[in-house]
Amino acid sequence: MLSKAKLWLSLALSTLLFWSAGLHAAWDLNMPRGVTQMSRDTYDLHMTIFWWCVAIGVVVFGAMLWSIINHRKSKGVKPATFHESTKVEIVWTLIPFLILIAMAIPATRVLTAAYDASESELDVQIIGYQWRWEYRYMRENMDEEEVSFFSVLATSREEINNGVEKGENYLLEVDRPLVIPTNTKVRFLMTSADVLHAWWVPDFAIKKDTIPGFINETWVIVEEPGIYRGQCAELCGMEHGFMPIEVHALEPADFQAWYEEQQAGVRQIRELAAAEMTMADAMAQGEQIYNRNCVACHQAGGVGMPPVFPALAGSAKATGDAAVTMDTLVNGVPGTAMAAYGRQLNPIELAAIITYVRNGFGNSAGDVIQPADVNAYIQEGQ
Amino acid sequence: MSAAHDHHHGPAKGLSRWLYTTNHKDIGSLYLWFSFAMFLLGGTFALVIRAELFQPGLQFVEPNFFNQMTTMHGLVMVFGAVMPAFVGLANWMIPLMIGAPDMALPRMNNWSFWILPFAFALMVSTMFMEGGGPNFGWTFYAPLSTTYAPPSTTFFIFAVHIMGASSIMGSINVIATILNMRAPGMTLMKMPLFVWTWLITAYLLIAVMPVLAGVVTMMLFDIHFGTSFFNAAGGGDPVLFQHLFWFFGHPEVYIMILPAFGVVSAIIPTFARKRLFGYDSMVYATASIAFLSFIVWAHHMFTVGMPLAGQLFFMYATMLIAVPTGVKVFNWVATMFRGAMTFETPMLFAIAFVVLFTMGGFTGVMLAITPVDFQYHDTYFVVAHFHYVLVPGAVFSIMAATYYWLPKWTGYMYDETLGKLHFWLSFIGVNLLFFPQHFLGLAGMPRRIPDYALQFANFNWISSVGGFLFGFSQLILLFVVIKCVKGGKKATDQVWEGAQGLEWTVPSPAPYHTFETPPDPKLIHAQ
Repeated sequence: MLSKAKLWLSLALSTLLFWSAGLHAAWDLNMPRGVTQMSRDTYDLHMTIFWWCVAIGVVVFGAMLWSIINHRKSKGVKPATFHESTKVEIVWTLIPFLILIAMAIPATRVLTAAYDASESELDVQIIGYQWRWEYRYMRENMDEEEVSFFSVLATSREEINNGVEKGENYLLEVDRPLVIPTNTKVRFLMTSADVLHAWWVPDFAIKKDTIPGFINETWVIVEEPGIYRGQCAELCGMEHGFMPIEVHALEPADFQAWYEEQQAGVRQIRELAAAEMTMADAMAQGEQIYNRNCVACHQAGGVGMPPVFPALAGSAKATGDAAVTMDTLVNGVPGTAMAAYGRQLNPIELAAIITYVRNGFGNSAGDVIQPADVNAYIQEGQ
Repeated sequence: MSAAHDHHHGPAKGLSRWLYTTNHKDIGSLYLWFSFAMFLLGGTFALVIRAELFQPGLQFVEPNFFNQMTTMHGLVMVFGAVMPAFVGLANWMIPLMIGAPDMALPRMNNWSFWILPFAFALMVSTMFMEGGGPNFGWTFYAPLSTTYAPPSTTFFIFAVHIMGASSIMGSINVIATILNMRAPGMTLMKMPLFVWTWLITAYLLIAVMPVLAGVVTMMLFDIHFGTSFFNAAGGGDPVLFQHLFWFFGHPEVYIMILPAFGVVSAIIPTFARKRLFGYDSMVYATASIAFLSFIVWAHHMFTVGMPLAGQLFFMYATMLIAVPTGVKVFNWVATMFRGAMTFETPMLFAIAFVVLFTMGGFTGVMLAITPVDFQYHDTYFVVAHFHYVLVPGAVFSIMAATYYWLPKWTGYMYDETLGKLHFWLSFIGVNLLFFPQHFLGLAGMPRRIPDYALQFANFNWISSVGGFLFGFSQLILLFVVIKCVKGGKKATDQVWEGAQGLEWTVPSPAPYHTFETPPDPKLIHAQ
């Protein structure tokens, strides 16, 4: 954190210098043209409507400005007395109506195309959570390993709190991006686990709400390999501004390699979960997980923001029966912002975070929870 | 004249005058002062937002408090500043414009005002409760506002109920007054447009306020009584909330703009010294806008995943609104054309209204185009759009009305130099504040975020500077009004050379009781 004086100084300086070097500020005036047919159609439609508005504006404001300049009392003009003309009223009702029809025709065409999600080659489920995204690749063969993971903001709290310089992709970077193949019709099936969110990537011209109890669909064919970024667009609570979207579009062959690597990773974690964890390992890994997933609500030092987000330091749930701590982490607390992490984190991560919560912030339960304990607990519940 | 008779005519003294008053002018003044106080409060919340967004990073407030600021700013401005201001103008001006001695239901008039301060005290007090105040946006989408809401939400719901009751009583009063108390000779089609727009607005209020009351009651039941109206896990439907909210919400935005149309339709002919170009078509256009306002609500929800047919219907219906709105703008311009204009403060605000409201109208047409709306939706482009129609739209019209009728209310002319200074600072400030937000939205900045990516830094910086300029300029208005109440150049009864209408036939300041006997029908002219 900068000191107050330093903060004011920096505010004053930036006012004077109007963003000197060092900050990656831009002067973008318009929406991106994007990397899909849909985004280009959207952009062109946007520009068509924009130029219609400019043309109407020139006529209307022009007539007004001309009257303001010429028809002023100080020039000694006498006011005219004309008023009411049904003919004129009909004309200026009809002309805008015709312009609207000219706008509606391309709009209908683009919208109809956007709604055709048929014949997709890859389906990905997108699930919104407070405040992260889950991506699940739909399998054709149920015997294969399922590739699914959570995607969480990677920008550090120090950057957000102005403790260190902000990186280039400040607030637009995640730990695990969504990866999709290029030139492939990818269908997204969207829902939410808690409140409404909206998944938006401007370069794809896709924005769709994720709604609990509903499945919305949309699709994309990305033409250029690259990294595309977006953000949650629907207010979803405290950390709404901190759940970005990062999509990596790879050539189909590269995508296939990545996908197989992910499946191998799933197998590997299954094996690793059988090993023992030491207290030091668990605490180190737990701290990292805490800072990524928990700190927004439960705060640094586990002090929480009562009554909505309870404190963890000294909490009976954290330090009492290990089964209670495990239940809270794995299943969440229904009806509150406490999400079920049973699926969000793997057994190794769960064991580490449970151990950290029980032994960090001055808590001293003293036990090391093992991945095997977590697995046993989850299987018992099923 | 006996002492008792005197007592009957003058206002009571002290605080009880204001507490017990049933006089339309007193109640009008109460509404206007209340509205101004809420304008400053809601503006302060906005300045907290703009201060936080001045630079990337979190500097002044925590995200949860930031969300309370955006929510309270919206609620206070919509329900506390804009709506009560128009009710205040209606109270003051409708009886004077139609030649009535007072509002039709004066005791209810008193009550509909005096419950408002309690509603807002209740709502603002939630910010000091455990867990904080409403933090789910002024649109309070479920389930963020039910299952996931802070405990104070129950108080918020109660406050909304009180505001709704106040609005419904106010609008019944307006309708009863206009339909029953017009002076002989004041036919419907001779009424000033401000009266017409308010008549239509009052019907909109009666139609949609019960829907709002219904939706917050369903929230109350979801929170406390185990129902699942909006809870998918219990078989409910979060999208139903949005349909109900916007069935109220879209007419609501016209509730905030139709009376503004009425104000501007009074001011432009006065200072152009020329009759309004098409009175009849203005009336019909207002009625058309009111009708359309009921069949366009889902254009706020283009991204919820409606079927294609639904998207197309709401797109076409929304685009249609441009037609009657265009008719209004063209009529104002045609009224100015070949007039003999002067540019006193009310006229400056009215002209700025026409230009900047029309710009908000253009972005409105753009937002109606569904596939492009996918890009605009929930970004700063939307924030720029609705602030252009609400601030240099509705709020500028209220300021124009204040300057226009202030000499009639106080009996003194306001300070024209300060009025113009207020106008120019507001005009520059409001454009610096909101114009760059179009760029931010197009470049991809979502609304309602306390911190943003670095490419949005420049325009946020400019927007914040504009915000502070606009905000502090409003203190000039306060100063001008207080100065004008205290004294100044005596105003004539006519006040403005080109002004038409019954309100200019009574003395300045308007006596406590006016039109105790109906005005001479010969004074009533077609508009």
